[in-house]
Amino acid sequence: MAVINELKGLEGPLLPILHGIQEEFGYVPGESLPVIADALNISRAEVHGVVTFYHDYRNHPAGRHVLKLCRAEACQSMGGDAIAARLQQLLGIGFHETTKDGSVTLEPVYCLGLCACAPSAMLDGEVIGRLDAEKIEEIAAEVRL
Amino acid sequence: MSVTIYIPRDSGALALGAEKVAKAVEAEIAARGLDAKVVRNGSRGLYWLEPMVEVETDSGRVAYGPVSAKDVPSLFERGLTSGGTHRLSLGKTEEIPFLARQTRLTFERCGVIDPLSLDDYKAHGGLKGLGNAVATTPAEIVKTVTDSGLRGRGGAGFPTGIKWKTVMDTPSDRKYVLCNADEGDSGTFADRMIMEGDPFVLIEGMAIAGIATGATKGFVYIRSEYPHAVATMTRAVEIARQNGVLGVNVLGSPNAFDIEIRTGAGAYVCGEETSLMNSLEGKRGVVRAKPPLPAIQGLFGKPTVINNVISLASVPIIMDRGGEYYKDFGMGRSRGTIPLQIAGNVRHGGLFEAAFGLTLGEIVDEIGGGTATGRPVKAVQVGGPLGAYFPRALFDTPFDYEAFAAKDGLIGHAGIVVFDDTADMLKQARFAMEFCAIESCGKCTPCRIGSTRGVEVLDKIAQNIEPAKQLELVTDLCNTMKFGSLCALGGFTPYPVMSAINHFPDDFRPSPVAEAAE
Repeated sequence: MAVINELKGLEGPLLPILHGIQEEFGYVPGESLPVIADALNISRAEVHGVVTFYHDYRNHPAGRHVLKLCRAEACQSMGGDAIAARLQQLLGIGFHETTKDGSVTLEPVYCLGLCACAPSAMLDGEVIGRLDAEKIEEIAAEVRL
Repeated sequence: MSVTIYIPRDSGALALGAEKVAKAVEAEIAARGLDAKVVRNGSRGLYWLEPMVEVETDSGRVAYGPVSAKDVPSLFERGLTSGGTHRLSLGKTEEIPFLARQTRLTFERCGVIDPLSLDDYKAHGGLKGLGNAVATTPAEIVKTVTDSGLRGRGGAGFPTGIKWKTVMDTPSDRKYVLCNADEGDSGTFADRMIMEGDPFVLIEGMAIAGIATGATKGFVYIRSEYPHAVATMTRAVEIARQNGVLGVNVLGSPNAFDIEIRTGAGAYVCGEETSLMNSLEGKRGVVRAKPPLPAIQGLFGKPTVINNVISLASVPIIMDRGGEYYKDFGMGRSRGTIPLQIAGNVRHGGLFEAAFGLTLGEIVDEIGGGTATGRPVKAVQVGGPLGAYFPRALFDTPFDYEAFAAKDGLIGHAGIVVFDDTADMLKQARFAMEFCAIESCGKCTPCRIGSTRGVEVLDKIAQNIEPAKQLELVTDLCNTMKFGSLCALGGFTPYPVMSAINHFPDDFRPSPVAEAAE
């Protein structure tokens, strides 16, 4: 729990701690909540409330790759819905799901700020713009390797 | 003499392959043994030309774009390093019409300089505003900002100087400057561009706000969807600290000011100022009731200046050239410039900073060049997911806070998303409700429950179940949400919904084909 000790001196340390834990483990394990609560002198319920409020924190591990596809208006205007449908078909999973082989988790995201090169996505933190049928097939093949 | 080649490191350029282009350019320089260096600049904001490569020549900077890695060898063969012509040549960067037509004040350095070079920043006029600020009194700074007519660029349009004055006049042992960089609106990317392309201007603006109000600590709350902006800002703060721009003696003055970068966690509602403060404090990002105003009881209960990135980034030039200089741009009560973000289905998408007052039609048709697909423009959503959809009939509306409000719209953070005639406005209205349901913080009933009921009612219209009755119901529901919600999420979701219904009634009628089939 080095993460907690390192960050608990910050003003408002809970989000940085949760980010740190998720970076370390890939998710926020349930076992970590009482430890955080203890360290910050707040109740477990408060920590639980915060973890579940934010879309970013996961309570179980994600796939080896995390693919976030933008579902917001600017991407919709450039055929984002069709891209989303095709991608789900290619990967055989829906949003918030992980493929059975654990290779990839598909998540929706509401805007990556790449609205002038829509539709866009983020694969393991790398941004990709102007998605088309060809690009998503490449991505789908790459993440299944 | 060594040649400088500029290749953007902006997320938009990276999303279009700038990293591969940079590698290819480095490889060519090495293979040819050239005396050239690569600078990774921000973006100029001409996204249909990204990745845009620029070369410094005797007669100024020359641009090429959109460049892909496979174009790089031929660019060098054509004499890239001396500005040689190539089929991707765009001529002198400053003379590209999209750039030449702009009035770049806040974005004057973005895409021009190396974002992480403080020397570059200073050579292009940086730190002059902060220099003037440390040489004068807080009251004078607040007066200059008030005189400039600068209004909050986050969307609400509240006069920045008045907000600062309240914080200045509120006595406290500790005060904060909080920068709202939770730019969640679809169609907006100005905050991201400035943080990635000219981070020191934001740091300078925050330091000025600190000196003006007596705050010694600043936070930048950046959304987690912007990892590149987080990295650039974090590095820029370190550099500013090492060079005495931040710290116990800002620019050698007795004023202390320091900044910490914080990352959000994927909640759209945290762009609402009180929700953002709760989030930063480590709580659920629920909205707080106002009053108390953040300027009196804000972050950790202390007086807090909370401003959007662009508001703060516009302050250095105001402190450098004076409030009157800035105020001379614009129209009516909307003074200065606004960085328009032209996005979605548009031919020339990008950032266009201009004085207030251009009409929506000029922006979409002349500057944006119509749709990317070449089909007719059907609707334009202005101001993000909570902004109204405008039909062509309202294209004469000038870009101005009051003019948009008069047409039941808002300019918000100045994002403009263009849709062609394939857009289904019923679907867009449904999405607005769905988005509100996903992102609602849950504190107030009209937003939490109204949004879900809104989706159901619009679905019934799509299924042709008593459509006239449903339309009446959704109108009533929107009225409740608009006047009964605590913040803009529930309160403004009716804008896209009602504008879609009012301006595009055909999309909400049962289709004649479906009727015939019954």
